[in-house]
Amino acid sequence: MEYGVFQLIILSIFINNFVLSRFLGLCPYMGVSKQMDSALGMGMAVTFVMTIASLVTWLLYTFFLAPTYQNVFYFIFDTPIQNVPDLTFLRTIVFILVIAALVQFIEMYIQKVSPTLYKALGIYLPLITTNCAILGVAVLNIDMFFKDGLPLPNSFINTLVQAFASGIGFTLVLVLMAGIREKLELANVPKPFRGLPIAFIVAGLMSIAFLGFAGFSVE
Amino acid sequence: MSVGAEFFKGIYKENPVFRLALGLCPTLAVSTSITNAIGMGAAVIFVLVASNTLVSFLMWLFAKTLSEEGLNSINKIRIPIFIVVIASFVTIVEMVMAAYFPALSESLGIFIPLIVVNCIILGRAEGFASKNGIFLSIVDGLGMGIGFTLALVAISFVRELLGSGQLLGAMIMGEGFKPVLLMILPPGAFLVIGLYLAGLNWIDARKKQA
Repeated sequence: MEYGVFQLIILSIFINNFVLSRFLGLCPYMGVSKQMDSALGMGMAVTFVMTIASLVTWLLYTFFLAPTYQNVFYFIFDTPIQNVPDLTFLRTIVFILVIAALVQFIEMYIQKVSPTLYKALGIYLPLITTNCAILGVAVLNIDMFFKDGLPLPNSFINTLVQAFASGIGFTLVLVLMAGIREKLELANVPKPFRGLPIAFIVAGLMSIAFLGFAGFSVE
Repeated sequence: MSVGAEFFKGIYKENPVFRLALGLCPTLAVSTSITNAIGMGAAVIFVLVASNTLVSFLMWLFAKTLSEEGLNSINKIRIPIFIVVIASFVTIVEMVMAAYFPALSESLGIFIPLIVVNCIILGRAEGFASKNGIFLSIVDGLGMGIGFTLALVAISFVRELLGSGQLLGAMIMGEGFKPVLLMILPPGAFLVIGLYLAGLNWIDARKKQA
């Protein structure tokens, strides 16, 4: 299937929202949604890392793992195309290691270049490595924009758009949730529901609201 | 703690999903049917037991063979080591599932590679297997894995029964039953787990009073 940019943005933010319909990144959604400030910081950090991680994993998959005419073994070392190794099965291992290393580098780089940005995002970065949203978007890009190891048309642009828009969608629901939970602190919630249970019920209601977007036609 | 206690703590007292709230993403995503839940549970049990075994063996091997200094430097990179171990086993599961259970592999989709970032597995490697012997680590992995599977089955039982009127793919509810479509859709997962958690809190509070 081919996607337009605008269509992809609407799809990733509302219809296939990362948290409420794909169930990715639930840990920060439940853990960091108690205050508006930290929710916004976490959302920005996730959006940032998601976009960069998608970029890097796309490059790695295209030029190293998939046995196509773009593979470095083919166009630099002149290996005959049938001898180019098919390393696509290494996807999971390579992606998680790259993401872990990438998060470390981003953290060090931001710390050096922009102390203000580091103050805003710094404490959330280490938490992000094991956030399934990041690996999730990287794997999802490969599933959606590649066919049999070959990139579909516009796959690079689509990858970046999907990663960024998914991050925005994640930030949106995280901030909405934080707004609700700040009010919830003052509400008289039945005792067994205090804490996580009511957060899940709220998430369920939000998810029902987001189901409404599924009626959108984005052809 | 005895072996039995190590095994059973993962099932009720320290159930990864209901008590520790770990591994929520796959729990909510694949609990649309009991078949999916069992498939996911089996994959997690395999990865958990295998990674617990290997991590515990590696730590024992390092402690046997390395000097104090070597151990210190290993300690600094232990998390990446655990991640590589886990990712290797996940890759095995991915390939086996795609080869022998293509339908299951299709319906679990991206949540199979995402077992790598399931916090239960890294949590047990770091919190238990790296500090305990091989046998206890296997028992711990089995207990936690079964606890995770039971939680998944408990959630998918409600969702599948109400959402499609079926259990394990067989029609259970009578003719006149209208499926509550919401239960199969994403909101159902959030609502069911919220109610389960509240129910457990309520039981705990009752126990404390008694």
